[in-house]
Amino acid sequence: MAIEFKKKPGIVAYLTAGDPDLAATREIALAAIDNGADVIELGVPFSDPLADGPVIQRASERAVARGTRLVDVLALAKELRAARPSAGLVLFSYLNPVVRMGMRTFTERAAEAGADGVLLTDMIVEEAGEYLEAMHANKLAPVFLAAPTSPDARLKAIAEVSQGFVYAISRVGITGTQQKVASDAPELVARLRKFTKLPIAVGFGISTPEHVRAVGEFADAAVIGSALVALIEKTGADGAAAAVGKFIREVRG
Amino acid sequence: MSTTATIVNPARSVAGRFGAYGGRYVPETLMAALEELEAAYNAAREDAAFQAELDDLLRNYCGRPTPLYFAKRLTEQCGGAKIYLKREDLLHTGAHKINNALGQGLLARRMGKHRIIAETGAGQHGVATATVCALLGMECVIYMGEEDMRRQELNVYRMRLLGAEVRGVAAGSATLKDAINEAMRDWVTNVRTTYYILGSALGAHPYPTMVRDFHRVISREAKAQMLEREGKLPTAIVACVGGGSNAIGAFYEFLGDKNVQLIGVEAGGRGPKLGEHAARFQKVDGGVPGVLQGTYSYVLQDENGQVATTHSVSAGLDYASVGPEHAMLHDTGRATYTSCTDDAALKATVTLSRTEGILPALESAHAVAEAIRLAPTMAKTDVLMVNLSGRGDKDMGILSRELKIQGV
Repeated sequence: MAIEFKKKPGIVAYLTAGDPDLAATREIALAAIDNGADVIELGVPFSDPLADGPVIQRASERAVARGTRLVDVLALAKELRAARPSAGLVLFSYLNPVVRMGMRTFTERAAEAGADGVLLTDMIVEEAGEYLEAMHANKLAPVFLAAPTSPDARLKAIAEVSQGFVYAISRVGITGTQQKVASDAPELVARLRKFTKLPIAVGFGISTPEHVRAVGEFADAAVIGSALVALIEKTGADGAAAAVGKFIREVRG
Repeated sequence: MSTTATIVNPARSVAGRFGAYGGRYVPETLMAALEELEAAYNAAREDAAFQAELDDLLRNYCGRPTPLYFAKRLTEQCGGAKIYLKREDLLHTGAHKINNALGQGLLARRMGKHRIIAETGAGQHGVATATVCALLGMECVIYMGEEDMRRQELNVYRMRLLGAEVRGVAAGSATLKDAINEAMRDWVTNVRTTYYILGSALGAHPYPTMVRDFHRVISREAKAQMLEREGKLPTAIVACVGGGSNAIGAFYEFLGDKNVQLIGVEAGGRGPKLGEHAARFQKVDGGVPGVLQGTYSYVLQDENGQVATTHSVSAGLDYASVGPEHAMLHDTGRATYTSCTDDAALKATVTLSRTEGILPALESAHAVAEAIRLAPTMAKTDVLMVNLSGRGDKDMGILSRELKIQGV
């Protein structure tokens, strides 16, 4: 299990694979790891990312338009694993591309690529029977989302089936940056903590060193997504790896 | 059809399964709201006062029961089965959509929610929702693809006149699917204060069941009316299928009557190639089971699981997935699903207008076209019922453009 947060708070870096292109995503991921990201969350682009805000929607649209497929993302994961054996690697996807490949096939290929875990944003614990069996069979960590709206009974169920870490959504809403980490987060993490010893990573709206420090006060790791994707959108393929590396170094402090 | 895509373990699954289909595949943030909605709906369903208020409004505000009309001239022209039209087009706001919007509006009020959101394709669900919000004094935001806003500008104006805010969606193909994505984003963000009136028998549980229940009244009435008029049940029932709400409403009370054929008509669009139609049950270049917008059903998609673009002349049928109960009825063979091209639907619009003086919605015209095709192949003793889901006033702009090309 390579999902480990050595320095608190840890950093989980989300990247939409294939934006601006797969080669660039590879360089960006390496730069993120080399500058202090503990875990790379490699996003499978999808045509209908309904939990995402405009920044990741646009990135997803660009990557799909370029023809980025789930098989390409798995191949990229394999390259990243070979290049940086000790970094955490989580595949992030909406369900449909995974269902189309077949849950068994997907988990086998994810394991073969060297991924540590998988996060499916529209998979809830009640529906996860076959998914969990396939994940266990392939020694992959299922990462589930916990929301501020989840009552304790759901948090308990989420904590019980999660491995690697639990992803706590900092606020009710879609992905995207904001000024302050919402006040929902500390309370959610405290509630979640009652049910698990796993690391808890907080995401949604984290974009500055101050946000990351604030998350460090009450959680184990911060997930940075839209802020990185927006930076990549701004710089384009050429400057993206350097810019993301610098950004991670800054938030790492 | 592909069976490798099965992802469910029905024994462990939540309620709201139709065979393998249905379920709940949503961001965790929405789960509490869906559970709250399910509980509230189950309570309302058992509450005589709720049902009485709904019945009263359906009768006196919406105009139920709707007539079952014998289309004599159309029958004579087709020369086969007797064709009846279930006149949902005569309901208040001009389509079956008001049955569901009213039911969910009353439920939202019962749950203490005063901000309502909805998505709309052809605009009929948006108009119905805006109407109910006006009736109940609620704030109303409607998401609509910009392409659909262009196609259905009359309904956009109607919604605004009724006091709703219409928000255009430019993403993707700017049609119904994209409007649903945006409505779900709004719901994820405002879930604590907002009720989402979903407009078809799709989405996460309990929506497919709840929306079907609010439309069951169509087949309940039709069954009684048919027995009274003909002394027997219809040979076949035909309804158009976008998300599938009018069709499931028209089919439901007949599901146990195995000798009644149930025929759903999908949008064949410009032709059978993927991207040119919205025929999810088409054998080649049709849909494959998958997950879109909260439910497991047939989805038009490419081999990598990216949702395909769709096309239909009718905005209300232009959707990449289909309600999960229809997926089950398709697999079990209880209902059959055909498709009708844009051209055939436009021709059927003209035919019904000129034989019966009834201008159907372009969506409903797909069902009419199938009836026109089917009736001559049936015996004169057979009875064919078409669910006329809506009226065509909203389509004047598009009809005047399209029919000019066809020389009408």
